Amino acid sequence: MDLCDSPEEGRFRHELRSWLASVVPGLPPRPDPDDWPARRAYDTHWQCLLHDAGYAGVHWPREWGGRGATPAEHLIYLEETERAGAPYVGTNFVGLLHAGPTLMALGTPEQRARHLPRILAGEEVWCQGFSEPEAGSDLAALRTRAVRDGDEYVVTGHKVWTSHASVADYCELLVRTAPDAPRHRGISWLILPMDSPGVQVRPLRTLMGSAEFSEVFLDDVRIPVANRVGSENDGWRVAMVTFAFERGTAFAGEVVGSLVLAHELTVLARSTTVAGQPAWEDVGLRRELGRVSAELEALWALTRRSVSAVDGAVAGAGGSVLKLSYSQARQRLLELAAGLLGRAALSTDDLTPGVPGGSGRLVAERLHALSLTIAAGSSQIQRDIVAERILGLPRGRG
Amino acid sequence: MNLVASKDQEALVRGVRELVAGTQPRERLRALAEGPAAGVPDRAGWAALGGAGVFGLRRPEAAGGVGLGMVEAVLVFEELGRGLVPGPLVATHLASGVVDGAVVGLVEEVGQPILVEYLEALDVLVVLDASGVRAVEVAELRGALPVTPLDPLTPVCRVGELPPGRRIGGPDLAEKWRREGAALVAALQVGLAAASLSAAVTYALRREQFGRPIGSFQAIKHLLADLHARVELARAGLYAAAALLDDPEVGERDRDRAVSVARVCAAEAAERGARDAIQVHGGMGFTWEVDAHLFLKRAWVLSTCFGSPDQHAERVAALG
Repeated sequence: MDLCDSPEEGRFRHELRSWLASVVPGLPPRPDPDDWPARRAYDTHWQCLLHDAGYAGVHWPREWGGRGATPAEHLIYLEETERAGAPYVGTNFVGLLHAGPTLMALGTPEQRARHLPRILAGEEVWCQGFSEPEAGSDLAALRTRAVRDGDEYVVTGHKVWTSHASVADYCELLVRTAPDAPRHRGISWLILPMDSPGVQVRPLRTLMGSAEFSEVFLDDVRIPVANRVGSENDGWRVAMVTFAFERGTAFAGEVVGSLVLAHELTVLARSTTVAGQPAWEDVGLRRELGRVSAELEALWALTRRSVSAVDGAVAGAGGSVLKLSYSQARQRLLELAAGLLGRAALSTDDLTPGVPGGSGRLVAERLHALSLTIAAGSSQIQRDIVAERILGLPRGRG
Repeated sequence: MNLVASKDQEALVRGVRELVAGTQPRERLRALAEGPAAGVPDRAGWAALGGAGVFGLRRPEAAGGVGLGMVEAVLVFEELGRGLVPGPLVATHLASGVVDGAVVGLVEEVGQPILVEYLEALDVLVVLDASGVRAVEVAELRGALPVTPLDPLTPVCRVGELPPGRRIGGPDLAEKWRREGAALVAALQVGLAAASLSAAVTYALRREQFGRPIGSFQAIKHLLADLHARVELARAGLYAAAALLDDPEVGERDRDRAVSVARVCAAEAAERGARDAIQVHGGMGFTWEVDAHLFLKRAWVLSTCFGSPDQHAERVAALG
């Protein structure tokens, strides 16, 4: 066991770090979170820079236009981009981390040729149409219906929690193609062009006050059968391919980002006062800061251990352990941040000088962190997965 | 970068697990706990550990040791923790090659009351204080009185004061032993936490109420899933710390912080894990017969060695 880079990994890290140092300072200012077209432009511009420098899809196989990096190099990529303050994957998330890998695994040659290069180049943005009002944690209860009509499906239904739907070109859509079949065996996975007639996107205002998600209404939308990924009625299995990705390294960058934030809060705690008292004199605060920092350090070690253990993708259930622990640690970290801000935590504007990134950002992050134990499989679902698949306890929700 | 045991390291772990199961099975340990304090640790079991290289693991081969590193040491100590093996394991390991004696105890001079573990079985006692490390002959400890132990497998004696003894190292050696000792304690705690999880899962699968195994209820499943997550976190933090201690390029500050990270997570996993194991066992968990209390009591003992979890949490923040 060791934590050192191999010579190749060291070279990769060094080159990446130099490149990041040359481009990150010259990036345009971050767009207003509510301005979705600007967010898309910002994120795809970054993807385009990555693409030109050979870092797009760093962990995608070379066969599909990626860099073919090893899992360890992929982690180095996530770590270095985070530490350099580079843009987050943003609106490219679904394309790069869900749809792309799904097409690589199960798409037709035409589907791959059409979409993979454009996802990598930042020319194509995807969104995810999985959840429905009546199908959240129980995703297999989804009702959006697709009826075959010649070489098309006619799709009618209602999707919700769709991130960046208003600026997406395509949607990975789960539909019910066999209403009478057992629920996991009647689902298909379709590529929906978002400009299809009958698609209506309505922003969904979150507790952050902004529209981070949308609802998508589908009214007799015609989707070519050629847009189906995997066999008809085999969409559940196709979707599971995607989830294994989502619960694995998808959080590695955020763990590193949280370690950076924990350090920034430590620096802040040494200099700031809360209600007139020096924050650092509060032993309870120091201990909580130490405990959360320790947990995040251990999480980063666990991320690295998981990647070396399975030589590639983090096994699905192991990813659940990471997701479960990370989401809770992140919430505790932002509670600490709020404690340090005192009454400045009453506003999402920047009221306190000397707070890295601005106090308003921390207040917004505190709100955003509330979604982490819910999105991408709630903590309760993750615990079921860990208990059943790792510990071997009986299945069921009783 | 690699935080997974190699084939050789896996074989080492298997060897220790078999050794513990063969020489210090749980029934034997429980019988030992009912006997006189001087019988803990059991001399034959102790000799078997020494023979297997547990204590000389990190000494160079030329000096009669095994020539391995901290990574191997924490893997071995994790197994000793899992097996609930009693005795001054950490002290004898740290003192190997420095202090003569088959059973070496250790006490930190941190105020009253001074409680020395396993005193009646010791050949020599090492004392750590701010100025360094000294060795004290057990015969010099006058007026040592056995007190009723919390952990039946960790007998303790109360000592009025610690004599000057013989100096064997300065503040640097004391610091090194505190750091390495804390890492080894974390390893024992990770092993204990894993043992608690394993006992609780086994019971949850077997015990039926309302016509079903209790492990089929979400209230139990979620408690055990959280426990599993804490064990995995603590183990990863432990291995990362051990890998840093083995890397000569790493500075003291980073070493200290990594060890404290491991201690914070390992103590949490061990203490909460054992409490959870008691809870999952229901009424049986409160009995002497079920092992869960032994895990918790040992975890509590370990949390007082080489810094408390709170002190380590503060150190993580201070070095952040």
